[in-house]
Amino acid sequence: MNQQPPSSSRDVRMARSMCWHCQSELAGEYFCERCVKVQPVSKDMDYFTCLGLPRRLTIDPSVLEANYYERSRAFHPDFYLNKSEAEQAISLANAATLNTAYRTLKDPIQRAEYLLDLEAGAVKTIRTSPPADLFEEILELQDTLDAYRAGSPSSEQGRQLLARLQHERESLERRQQELEQELLRLFGEWDTLQDRGQADEQSRRERDRLLKRMREILSNRTYIKNIVNDLVESIG
Amino acid sequence: MARIVGIDLGTTNSLIAYMDQGVPRVIPGPDGRTMVPSVVAMTDQGLVVGDEAKAHLIRNPGRTVYSIKRFMGKSLADVQGELAYFPYTLTEQGGVIRLQLNGKTYSPPQISAMILKELKYRAEAYLREEITKAVITVPAYFNDSQRQATKDAGFIAGLEVLRIINEPTAASLAYGLQQKTQGIIAVYDFGGGTFDISILKLKNGIFEVLATNGDTHLGGDDIDRRIADLLLADIRSSHNLDLAIYPDHLQALRLEAERAKICLSDEMNAHLSLDLPNGHGRFTKVLTRDQLESLVMDIVERTLAPCRAALKDAGLTAAQIDEVVLVGGSTRMPLVRRRVQELFGKEPHCHLNPDEVVALGAAVQADILSGGTTDMLLLDVTPLSLGIETMGGVMSCLIPRNTTIPASAKELFTTYVDGQTGVDIHILQGERELAKDNRSLARFRLKVPPLPAGVPRIEVTFLIDANGILHVTAKDMRTGQQQSIEIKPSYGLSEAEVERMIEESFKFAREDVASRKLIEARLDAGSLLSATEKALAQGGHLVPEEVLTAIRAAVAALAKAKEGDSAQAIRARMADLEQAAKPLSVALMEDSLKRGLEGKSLSDVT
Repeated sequence: MNQQPPSSSRDVRMARSMCWHCQSELAGEYFCERCVKVQPVSKDMDYFTCLGLPRRLTIDPSVLEANYYERSRAFHPDFYLNKSEAEQAISLANAATLNTAYRTLKDPIQRAEYLLDLEAGAVKTIRTSPPADLFEEILELQDTLDAYRAGSPSSEQGRQLLARLQHERESLERRQQELEQELLRLFGEWDTLQDRGQADEQSRRERDRLLKRMREILSNRTYIKNIVNDLVESIG
Repeated sequence: MARIVGIDLGTTNSLIAYMDQGVPRVIPGPDGRTMVPSVVAMTDQGLVVGDEAKAHLIRNPGRTVYSIKRFMGKSLADVQGELAYFPYTLTEQGGVIRLQLNGKTYSPPQISAMILKELKYRAEAYLREEITKAVITVPAYFNDSQRQATKDAGFIAGLEVLRIINEPTAASLAYGLQQKTQGIIAVYDFGGGTFDISILKLKNGIFEVLATNGDTHLGGDDIDRRIADLLLADIRSSHNLDLAIYPDHLQALRLEAERAKICLSDEMNAHLSLDLPNGHGRFTKVLTRDQLESLVMDIVERTLAPCRAALKDAGLTAAQIDEVVLVGGSTRMPLVRRRVQELFGKEPHCHLNPDEVVALGAAVQADILSGGTTDMLLLDVTPLSLGIETMGGVMSCLIPRNTTIPASAKELFTTYVDGQTGVDIHILQGERELAKDNRSLARFRLKVPPLPAGVPRIEVTFLIDANGILHVTAKDMRTGQQQSIEIKPSYGLSEAEVERMIEESFKFAREDVASRKLIEARLDAGSLLSATEKALAQGGHLVPEEVLTAIRAAVAALAKAKEGDSAQAIRARMADLEQAAKPLSVALMEDSLKRGLEGKSLSDVT
């Protein structure tokens, strides 16, 4: 079913696996070439590979969707009702994996988080903590929010607090957008670095820097998102 | 592969459809009607379903069940608010509602199974083959318990339910097949008891559901009740009479309210008329469309919040919807059409019959499953978030709502105390923060080898299949051993109970057949008795006295057997009578031949 030529690294791994049914060596990605039985998606296969994409952060949504639809046609349990129980089980598990992969890669934030998990070896050593200024800002905002919730919204003080909260909310939402834009820029830098494919010291340092910064952005974004959600809930 | 039919098991009406050379068709009954009212009556003559049962709503309100779908997968507490509207006794056992009818106890899946069987018979008679496999539709917003209950109903009816499919997505399949539509569509499905909204992306034969929302307890029934309540109040003030204590009149009132509602979809005025009990005469009233609309405005408004929520979850605005499709009988109301049009800013489509489109879509899905249609694929979602209860009674989400199914999530469990041998897991469905505010699906105890705290590592996989039904498996990560899990559903029948009900249904089927045979035998005996009387009057003088005595004895024996309840005995006495009356019939035939031949030449008679 897959129209794309398999990459060389995949060939090496596939050559080592065998069809669960006829035990012949597997060359194709999802179906045994000899007995045409569906093959389980390997647990080690990452979501990018699963969807036939290189491990890059900038993804063309239409290519992602087309690949997802094509694989859905290959795996969906609807097409395995007449097949053996083993094939039905494989189709069900494959379809579930495929759906998770698509959901993860479709959303840029989830995609970045997933990539950081994949590259965990490099990131684990990076300690992240919210920057002091953001941390203080959020604490202060929490106090204002508590005061607003406790008081009467129609009083003079209540109106003042509301105005301040609304102002804060707008500034935080701006900040969230800026972070997301920076993240997308980093996506580009990451992809360029991967495309170069060099393994020298400088590339390694650059790679660690990008991962660390992306991790920071994601964590700051989560802090901001949570407080914005709180704000929206309280002040509408 | 054996034929798979598509079934729309509705709150008010049910339909069965099949694929006829690439075209889905609804199967009509002998009277040509395609809808079977979802009504079941336990009469003295046995079980009746559909139109015939509907007639018993007024005659036998305590033994006639309607809108059973509202009780599927529910506990008694869930439906406390509407018990007053149902004239039969409801109890609960093991988290499942039970109905007391004619001294017997039934669960909602058993009642639904009776409707499914009626549909199955209808299809078997029409297609002249046995039907054993089906796709059954459910509201998209049905939770796991309600889906499982529907599947159980299928099994009890002797059907292998190959797929549970959501009603709005089924409708989209029927539309997509006909129109070859591309783009984003919203399916607004407002039926007899449930409301669903689904937003789909249609592209090259793929039907991808982006988001779904709804209310499984909101439908035309609620509109009927609103009218019925108005009529009850009117009758109370005009006749000083509380009709609510007369179950038969209450049913008549409900049906009259429904009739008026339907009438007001085309007319501006509806004339209502009801016979009142105990010489109170007749109640009449004119209801205008404006009155109806202001009466039920809030019910229609309640459908709009789920629409907005679905749009938000799909990440779309109303303007990005290319087409709006209306499904379900309640969308015939002009008020509903107007509000939908206002919300989405475009005129909704309804060129397929809104009553039939879901069944047609189910037939299309059945055809996909049997390999007939290969270019279409439905990618549906789970309507509610799935999670487990964690410390402090909070729900931890494992599979968020609107995740494409099949969907799976894995969770690793360990122990907190040395030597602990089990971990209790409570599975929930819903969107609320606290476990107690969500729907409890099931509980189970994970077996853990006794080891120091934190050492055991059990991986539990939660898998929602393409039917939207949950499966749970566990694996000990240290030994790699798979563990079987016995789940106790919170609001469902246990497997053993379903098994027992399947057996019972065969027994009931035998009883049904027996009672039908008895009725037929009695009818045949009746006509034989009257024919014999007629023959005796005509030709009694033609036969000797001993023949007459034998005939009279056989007549008396048959009349007695007819009062009994053995069809076999009746048939035996009928044979006796026919035997005894043979000389009489021979004499009569010869007599008429003789008279017929008088004055005729031989060539005239040969």
